[in-house]
Amino acid sequence: MRIGIVVAAFAALAACATTGGGSGSASSSSASEERTSESAFDPDPYPSTYRVYPGRPTVIRNATIYDGEGGRIDNGMVYFAEGRVQAIGASIDIPEGVDVIDGAGLWVTPGVIDIHSHLGNYPTPSVEAHSDGNEATDPNTANVWTEHSVWPQDPGFSRALANGGVTTLNILPGSANLFGGRSVTLRNVPARTMQGMKFPNAPYGLKMACGENPKRVYGARNRSPASRMANIAVARQAWIDAQRYEDQWENYRDNGGTRPARNLQHETLVGVMNGDILVHNHCYRADEMANMIDMAEEFGYSISSFQHAVEAYKIPDLLREHGICSAMWADWWGFKMESYDAVFENIPMVHAGGACAIVHSDDENGIQRLNQEAAKALADGRRAGIQISDEEAWQWLAINPARALGIDEETGSLVTGKRADVVLWNGDPFSVYSRPQMVWIDGALMYDMNDPTRRPISDFELGQPGEGSVR
Amino acid sequence: MKKLLALLALACAAPVTAQTVAITGGTVVIGDGSDPIPGGAVVLRNGRVVSAGAGTAVPSGAQIVDATGRWVTPGIVGGFTRLGLVEVGAVDSTNDMAGGDSPFSAGLDISPAVNPRSATITTNRTGGVTRAVVSPATSEGSIFGGQGAIIDLGSDMDAVMRPRAFQFVELGERGAARAGGSRAASHAMLRNALQQAQIYARSPGAYGGRSSDDLLNRLDAQALVQVVTGRVPLLVHVEQARDILEAIRLREDFPRLRLVLVGVSEGWTIADQIAASGVPVIASALNDLPAQFESVAATQSNIGRMRAAGVTVAIGMIDDWDSHSIRYSTQYAGNLVALNRIPGATGVSWGEAFALISSRPAEIMGLGNEIGSLRSGRRADVVIWDGDPLELSSNVEMVMIDGVEQPLTTRQTRLRDRYLQITENPLPEAYDW
Repeated sequence: MRIGIVVAAFAALAACATTGGGSGSASSSSASEERTSESAFDPDPYPSTYRVYPGRPTVIRNATIYDGEGGRIDNGMVYFAEGRVQAIGASIDIPEGVDVIDGAGLWVTPGVIDIHSHLGNYPTPSVEAHSDGNEATDPNTANVWTEHSVWPQDPGFSRALANGGVTTLNILPGSANLFGGRSVTLRNVPARTMQGMKFPNAPYGLKMACGENPKRVYGARNRSPASRMANIAVARQAWIDAQRYEDQWENYRDNGGTRPARNLQHETLVGVMNGDILVHNHCYRADEMANMIDMAEEFGYSISSFQHAVEAYKIPDLLREHGICSAMWADWWGFKMESYDAVFENIPMVHAGGACAIVHSDDENGIQRLNQEAAKALADGRRAGIQISDEEAWQWLAINPARALGIDEETGSLVTGKRADVVLWNGDPFSVYSRPQMVWIDGALMYDMNDPTRRPISDFELGQPGEGSVR
Repeated sequence: MKKLLALLALACAAPVTAQTVAITGGTVVIGDGSDPIPGGAVVLRNGRVVSAGAGTAVPSGAQIVDATGRWVTPGIVGGFTRLGLVEVGAVDSTNDMAGGDSPFSAGLDISPAVNPRSATITTNRTGGVTRAVVSPATSEGSIFGGQGAIIDLGSDMDAVMRPRAFQFVELGERGAARAGGSRAASHAMLRNALQQAQIYARSPGAYGGRSSDDLLNRLDAQALVQVVTGRVPLLVHVEQARDILEAIRLREDFPRLRLVLVGVSEGWTIADQIAASGVPVIASALNDLPAQFESVAATQSNIGRMRAAGVTVAIGMIDDWDSHSIRYSTQYAGNLVALNRIPGATGVSWGEAFALISSRPAEIMGLGNEIGSLRSGRRADVVIWDGDPLELSSNVEMVMIDGVEQPLTTRQTRLRDRYLQITENPLPEAYDW
């Protein structure tokens, strides 16, 4: 926290959840607390209505288990009930009356987490009427919340579930703007509303972008930023303005007077500087990531993750030192200048360098095969002499994205007490020949390869050619 | 890997001309749809396959390459690509996929645009891709992309194996948009162009090609004569069932058309009719989303179901990393094998999956006697893998094109090696090369 953020305000704001879910009430106990900016208003005006679906107490035994934190149990057992993991180990007692699944020859992992998805805000069919991921009208749209773009009937959600074992996903605004807006973390359950998918109490994220996209979008309109130097300048000014805004609220809290006008842009940036909102920063080049790290230091906020981070392999030391995760593709390259230096070993090189590595999709097809993306990266790393075990690599799909999203207390690994987000794979999940056999979200069976009725069909697909066709 | 290369260096460092090479001990994949053959041999001579399989005799005096524990396959054939046309997608000066503002369309010849030294060539070669169908893309105002080529991915300046090998046309949603906003417009443009080509063919000297009534200049007309007379195939991009059937129906008025359908997401819904037409398909493998209204019925079972109905199918990658990542072909094929274990889905056998990315595209393009398999007489495009080539954990250890061993160093491997160990050096990384 740097000068400009008043300490008292920080204390008040830090106590205030900027999270989804919860009670939805922001009423504070004292009038003075209400006079800060964030806490003066309901921080959760679009609260989660997600409810855990009914599940059956279940034990899977004889399976190969990757716990998502780097651990592996051969011929292991996991027991979940009441929506939570109850026990996991080589041998656990099987309670009476539970369903027992023989996992011989099968694998069990925590549900896959995609930290970078546009399902819902760039849904299919990809028609103009569905293009809701970029509010490309101003380089700073920290005021927009992408949850208000999410269309829960996007057919992509069910593919991510059935083919990819994805149980949690983070929907990010696009990268046209320096500040794209708030992200939202979802449970991958079909629902009538976005709120019905919203991950309870997950922190909000802020999508930031550096590099080619913002300068191209606004440069083409003869607006700033039209260059990388302006990317930084415009962003710095936004932080400065947000600090002044917070100062105004602070002054109002301490001295009364005219109540400052609310500003949603500033509120989000203040939330970032207070540590309540996590920054997910789209950035490809190593040198630009370094610039973003310095800007974060300048204004006293942290970067949770770099998104794409195509050149992270050049600076794993820097990323490790600052505790920043890199969310990466296995092998996308060459589609723009800032992706020209991509190497297929990026993910394992970041991991081997001691920094946090995440496999992300940013793609409605890639999200169906994140396990395969990890497998390719793992193989490329091994070819280059980087020895990482399969169970260690599963962290890229599990606990690492959970940490970067601030939901690691709830999910991201098979640990007693956590949400029972579980995938049973019909073989080695790093094999091209394997697919999810069963997927549980909070212990509720949401997909079963052998049961056509456990396969959601979105409203859009209902009554269309191919409806219900096994994908 | 280094060990194997050292062995091969003896056999293949120089262009293998009269040299006979026998690759022994590996699991041999012929690429014709048959099952892999453990402990098979592949014999190459004069840049061609002499024989391959289980009972293959190893000629005395042959250079032996021991491939024990490895897999030996034909090179991957990219069934629909834009390889060699684009260095950096968003950098226009390096992107030759489409003619943009050119006054020509069907007459455009992609051959001179193929850059054999493009990083896309070397990078895909390291994924085992040795040949590719390279298609131009269309631009606003025309449904015709122009004349595509068949290329090899060899480390030399002679990439184009067959120039002007086919014509590419967009129907469906994009064709409609290109032609003026409706499918009626795209079909009118196509039919008019083919008719004009027929007129041109009857009397080239008398053909105007300048009047607005003709709507086709001489260069474009010349190219389409090849199409309307059936000398080169017409690759038609369609996804939706009605667009597929309307494309096939073109033959009623232009009976000599050699149609090849590309994309074809909804093919499975009318697979019997496609099969009856005999028109082959270069299909996208894993499209399973209603990306557009024209592909509402997309499913990963599409290829399996079309094949089961008797359609001739290959895998292609239209609009799907088609300029940079044809190396995904093996992963895509492997995913179709995975479908066999999902009740209700339709996959393909392992042998057929490999054929979808080797012999099938070659055969559909009329080059089955030259490339795409290790059958006797084919060009010696051979890849040695350290495991099952469709499996994600496998890597390419050696690539031969026309019997010549290919370098597997790329810009990317150089960058990787520069940064593999980041240590305090007396000089910056830029001095490490």
